[in-house]
Amino acid sequence: MIFPLIDAEAGAGGAGLGVALVLGVAFGFALERAGLGSARKLAGQFYGRDLTVLKVMFSAIVTAALGVFWLSRLGLLDASRVYVPPTYLLPQAVGGAVFGVGLVAAGLCPGTSCVAAATGRRDGLAVVGGMLLGVLLFAEAFPLLASFYDSTPRGTLTFPNLLQVSPAVATAALVAMALGMSAGAERWERRAGAGGGS
Amino acid sequence: MSATDTASASVALPAARARVRAEGRPYASPYVTGVGIGLVLLAAFAVMGRGLGASGAFSSVAAAGVGAVAPAHAAGNPAVAEYLGQGGPLRDWLVIEIAGVVLGGFASAWLAGRLGGGVERGPRVGDGARLAYAAGGGVVMGIGAKLARGCTSGQALTGGALLSVGSWLFIATAFAAAYAAAPLFRREWT
Repeated sequence: MIFPLIDAEAGAGGAGLGVALVLGVAFGFALERAGLGSARKLAGQFYGRDLTVLKVMFSAIVTAALGVFWLSRLGLLDASRVYVPPTYLLPQAVGGAVFGVGLVAAGLCPGTSCVAAATGRRDGLAVVGGMLLGVLLFAEAFPLLASFYDSTPRGTLTFPNLLQVSPAVATAALVAMALGMSAGAERWERRAGAGGGS
Repeated sequence: MSATDTASASVALPAARARVRAEGRPYASPYVTGVGIGLVLLAAFAVMGRGLGASGAFSSVAAAGVGAVAPAHAAGNPAVAEYLGQGGPLRDWLVIEIAGVVLGGFASAWLAGRLGGGVERGPRVGDGARLAYAAGGGVVMGIGAKLARGCTSGQALTGGALLSVGSWLFIATAFAAAYAAAPLFRREWT
């Protein structure tokens, strides 16, 4: 097992920060290439005009999931040393819903707002400012929210654990779902006459 | 897309077309860019043993601001204090990653001739209203991302690829809420 090369805990070291910069540049470059620095294009997802968000997101998730699966299978990656965000059922369900409402209003997510701002769009900069204010408000209200924030903890919970299936089955199901959604998205855009390409 | 589809699309969305900047090359395929982002995410797993993120960088910068203005207040708040004491935001992995996102986004837009100011909005609202929606949406997203312990990057992409149940719960409720709320913001975009 040669991967992961660096432990996430040691990420504050200089080498880790260099990796962060390189990965960030590639991430930002790809987001802008896809058009996700454009709030109108991103918001189009929720009006059925342009399903780029869905296509990019599922392609990325499937690519990385297949990579993790095969690198583990080939004995190159120790997946148990990759940090999986812990599950907190209620805070993540409610937080997701709150996030979704903000997403339609903003037209950008936190990462893409940085891309939009970087390309000179003032609405991107406004989202960045709003995000900073939002996390500050959350921190100020934290004493009131702490018990909810820590409620319904399930630790590191993945679908293979939950459903008692092998990673191969779970990954295959993910790929099948993503292929189905992409096919559906293409059909929808053709029927709606929406342009996903530009 | 056939010729008739293209024609009907430009007839159906004349206002929308007019608002999209005329200059700049067309965007790349969502599948190619999606696979590219997936490979970046995989590289993060393989090299660092962790995925990508965004909202954590905002928390780190905001906490540093509070720490500079009101150090005692910051130290007494666990939601702020957890981001302090790592040598400042410039030693924070996610802050450096997001600095990279800014550089990468700028470089891509520059190479494609897509740089430029302006405000993206639908034809029925002015710049001021759009900026207010953008800032307000940012505030709401910030709160949601904190509650969920991550955003589209740290939960949807990273946790989604690692088949985390909480991350998929986040994806499901975020999309459902966004579609449910979309009619309320129709004026902003269409």
